[in-house]
Amino acid sequence: MFDAIHSFDVILVGAGIVGAACARELADSGLKVAVCHDSDTVGAGATAAGMGHIAVMDDSDAQFALTNYSQSLWWELAGTLPPEAEFAGCGSLWVAADDEEMAEVHRKSEYYSARGVAVDVLDSGGVAKAEPNLRRGLAGGLRLPADAVSYAPAVARKLLTGIQLLRGRVVSATSDGIEFASGESYFAGAVVLATGADLPRLAPELPVRPRKGHLLITDRYPGYLNHQIIELGYLKSAHSEDADSVAFNVQPRVTGQLLIGSSRQLGVDHADIDHAILRRMLARAVEYMPGLASLNGIRAWTGFRASTPDNLPLIGLRPGHRSLYVASGHEGLGISTSLGTAKLLADAMLGRPSAIPREPYDPSRSFNHHA
Amino acid sequence: MIVVVGAGPAGIAAALAVQECGKAVTVVDENPSAGGQIWRGDPTHRWVARFRAFNIPLISGVRVVWGYPAARTLVLEDAVGARRLAYDKLVVAVGSPEIFLPFPGWTLPGVFGAGGLQALVKSGLPVRGKNVVVAGTGPLLLAVAASLRKKGANIRLIAEQTPAALLWPFAKQLSGRASKLLQGIGLAWDLAGIPYAPASWVTAAQGDGRLQRIVLNRRGTLVTEDCDYLAVGFGLRPATELAAIMAGPDTIVAGTGDADLSLLEGRIAGYTAAGDLEKARGLEPERDQARTFAASIDRTFAVRDELRQLADSGTIICRCEDVPLGRLEGKTCFRDAKLHTRCGMGACQGRVCGPALEFLFGWHGASPRPPIFPARVGSLLSEG
Amino acid sequence: MPEIRVDGMLVNAAEGVSLAVALLSAGRTRFRTSLSGEPRAAVCGMGVCMECRVTIDGQPHRLACQVQVREGIEVRT
Ligand SMILES: Cc1cc2nc3c(=O)[nH]c(=O)nc-3n(C[C@H](O)[C@H](O)[C@H](O)COP(=O)(O)OP(=O)(O)OC[C@H]3O[C@@H](n4cnc5c(N)ncnc54)[C@H](O)[C@@H]3O)c2cc1C
Ligand SMILES: Cc1cc2nc3c(=O)[nH]c(=O)nc-3n(C[C@H](O)[C@H](O)[C@H](O)COP(=O)(O)OP(=O)(O)OC[C@H]3O[C@@H](n4cnc5c(N)ncnc54)[C@H](O)[C@@H]3O)c2cc1C
Ligand code: FES
Repeated sequence: MFDAIHSFDVILVGAGIVGAACARELADSGLKVAVCHDSDTVGAGATAAGMGHIAVMDDSDAQFALTNYSQSLWWELAGTLPPEAEFAGCGSLWVAADDEEMAEVHRKSEYYSARGVAVDVLDSGGVAKAEPNLRRGLAGGLRLPADAVSYAPAVARKLLTGIQLLRGRVVSATSDGIEFASGESYFAGAVVLATGADLPRLAPELPVRPRKGHLLITDRYPGYLNHQIIELGYLKSAHSEDADSVAFNVQPRVTGQLLIGSSRQLGVDHADIDHAILRRMLARAVEYMPGLASLNGIRAWTGFRASTPDNLPLIGLRPGHRSLYVASGHEGLGISTSLGTAKLLADAMLGRPSAIPREPYDPSRSFNHHA
Repeated sequence: MIVVVGAGPAGIAAALAVQECGKAVTVVDENPSAGGQIWRGDPTHRWVARFRAFNIPLISGVRVVWGYPAARTLVLEDAVGARRLAYDKLVVAVGSPEIFLPFPGWTLPGVFGAGGLQALVKSGLPVRGKNVVVAGTGPLLLAVAASLRKKGANIRLIAEQTPAALLWPFAKQLSGRASKLLQGIGLAWDLAGIPYAPASWVTAAQGDGRLQRIVLNRRGTLVTEDCDYLAVGFGLRPATELAAIMAGPDTIVAGTGDADLSLLEGRIAGYTAAGDLEKARGLEPERDQARTFAASIDRTFAVRDELRQLADSGTIICRCEDVPLGRLEGKTCFRDAKLHTRCGMGACQGRVCGPALEFLFGWHGASPRPPIFPARVGSLLSEG
Repeated sequence: MPEIRVDGMLVNAAEGVSLAVALLSAGRTRFRTSLSGEPRAAVCGMGVCMECRVTIDGQPHRLACQVQVREGIEVRT
């Protein structure tokens, strides 16, 4: 069925941050790699829509392990990134509105400290000092100084330097290669599906569902914000399975702009702005940071996260296949975890040991108890 | 209620047409008074006076910054606050901003759009005794030069990039038509004494922190001209953002062009919005004729290829983000440039660099996303 | 004639004009400083180019061409 003469050791489908990171890792391991994508430029999918917060998270031990591992890789990469990558170690500040959320701050603080992640617990005054534009009277917060932000499309481009790109929509991917909608095909020793929220098109049996998010970026207001700030209520939002949800999440860009998020909606497949949810999202942000109301927003947009039932990505062999791999399902953390994903995937493909256990992300794991 | 956005010729004509059909209409415009780009500051103009005589409600000094087509609601913002405005039918008559094309020095203070300088002068900027060069292309240059001269400006030169061989047949074709444009061109004779240089264009603007002189390619020879202001424009392009964001069954877009065409387009849109499709259709032949004429103007004044070569690698293309031409090398489309250089990502959202990139590389612009213009976050939350 | 303050200096503006007109009339040619440090001033006069952004009464990014001068406003360029 593949009549093409072109062949590679590995073909990756997807030139988002995940595909780019995997391609880089495999190429650096000595393989002949090609990346295909169907956008007008690299890094144009969810990668161009996401906030680019590089965070260590603790929803589960497996999520912690992957985010923590990846973050150390980000800091190694940071020195080599071009200015367009807008990498900045601004740190995160989780804010607690009340005593109940403050209890969560303490729980998190213990969790992170026990695992060697530096954190500071801030009281009400400490939060006000760290971020003077937050509303007064918050209970406190947790600062993670090693968290960072970046502009992922530029990072993807940098990671893809020197790697062969193939443009076109892939309509079929097997263990031996891929076929484009044009009918053209390419052979490969292995194929990796890194198609983000579009995964079900090529691998319909895998439980990835698009979860829509909205963001709004402002004009430049340098110095307005010091950290990426997230309300602790975010976790409730990130986990709700069906209801639409919003949470206060605001990020200082290197440009001085503020990126305001975030919303989550399942079961919506059009990319249009949903005004009602955008308004809820912005109202939530203004509740925490009243001064935002007088800043100019210049563009709002939407994007799709690839969500999975257990909120963990799918990294490894596609169930029932050989030499056909998957790297998707990163939900709202694909930028954070892209570099760790690439290591784990390459380790699995090359039979190398990994720095952290790979099983929690194995695509053939059971999702039954989450269904 | 029918809401018309824009109180220029098209918006005024639309509102009057709705009024004539006996329906309620409200007009919204960001300027302090009705008239649009062409009749701003001219309350005595026939159409402006008619508009006022009918006491059509005008919400002025506010900008439509956002809208919800499904809920038939606009969000209006002014200097201090915001409000919502509901409609049954919406007429978008927001006209056409100017096209700016990059050349070395075009970012210097003192370099204005041709319509831009005219607008500032109409709203009170004194130009008496200032040395002004008017350049670019199209009949607008003549109107601009005439109105600046009337205010006492010393017009050094009108540099029209179109070669004379194309201009004179065009002028002859015009002489049969009683159009606003003819009056515009007729002004050329009022402008007697001002050098009118066809096949000439500005190749660079120079000065220390502000414009002091320009370099001109005058029919093949480079000459330098001292001046205080340069008014340079390359025609108009319809503003499509509001129409795109509000697209839907209750939104009617009034076309735009010179004042005559815009009046016709506005009337058609107004009758359509009011439900009198017969009257609307009745005007279509006349409108089509005006469109054909407008298209022939556009062809005559098409920007020549040489102007693609003016910008050098250091010339800023995206003024909001200061992206020079050199950084766009190797980029394949607008989105590639946007994601990897920030070109078009700034406050104007590609309104200025978009047409320039289309001219330079044939790229099509950014997809419009709300807000329609930069808007305070709080405006989007307004309930009232 | 409204009196406004521009970068700390008093400027007399004509009645009913836009702030852009007031600034240009007073010989001010730097409305904003671009990212690479260039001075920029009003270009389009109609709220499209965003080159006339100034800080008015502490609010950054206000369009001088779209704002009427009011007695006592504080403008920073
Ligand atoms: C609103 C929002 C906020 C977010 N915030 C953050 C954050 O703060 N931090 C964080 O870490 N993550 C965040 N994310 C998540 C992050 O953006 C994604 O997890 C990540 O970008 C996924 O990258 P990817 O490479 O897997 O997919 P994508 O970037 O979507 O790339 C998919 C690629 O596959 C290609 N492709 C798809 N199908 C085909 C096909 N059939 N043929 C050829 N090519 C194909 C596309 O062209 C594209 O190149 C956010 C996401 C959203 C939506
Ligand atoms: C961290 C970060 C910071 C950002 N900062 C800025 C910023 O400062 N300024 C800014 O402007 N943006 C910014 N962005 C957003 C970015 O420019 C895009 O808006 C983002 O990629 C989301 O895309 P979009 O939905 O706006 O669509 P676009 O990027 O415009 O892409 C839409 C795509 O859909 C295609 N398309 C459009 N209409 C149709 C149709 N009808 N049918 C088929 N295809 C269609 C287009 O060709 C295009 O490929 C930022 C993004 C991030 C991640
Ligand atoms: S002069 Fe262009 S926006 Fe004000």
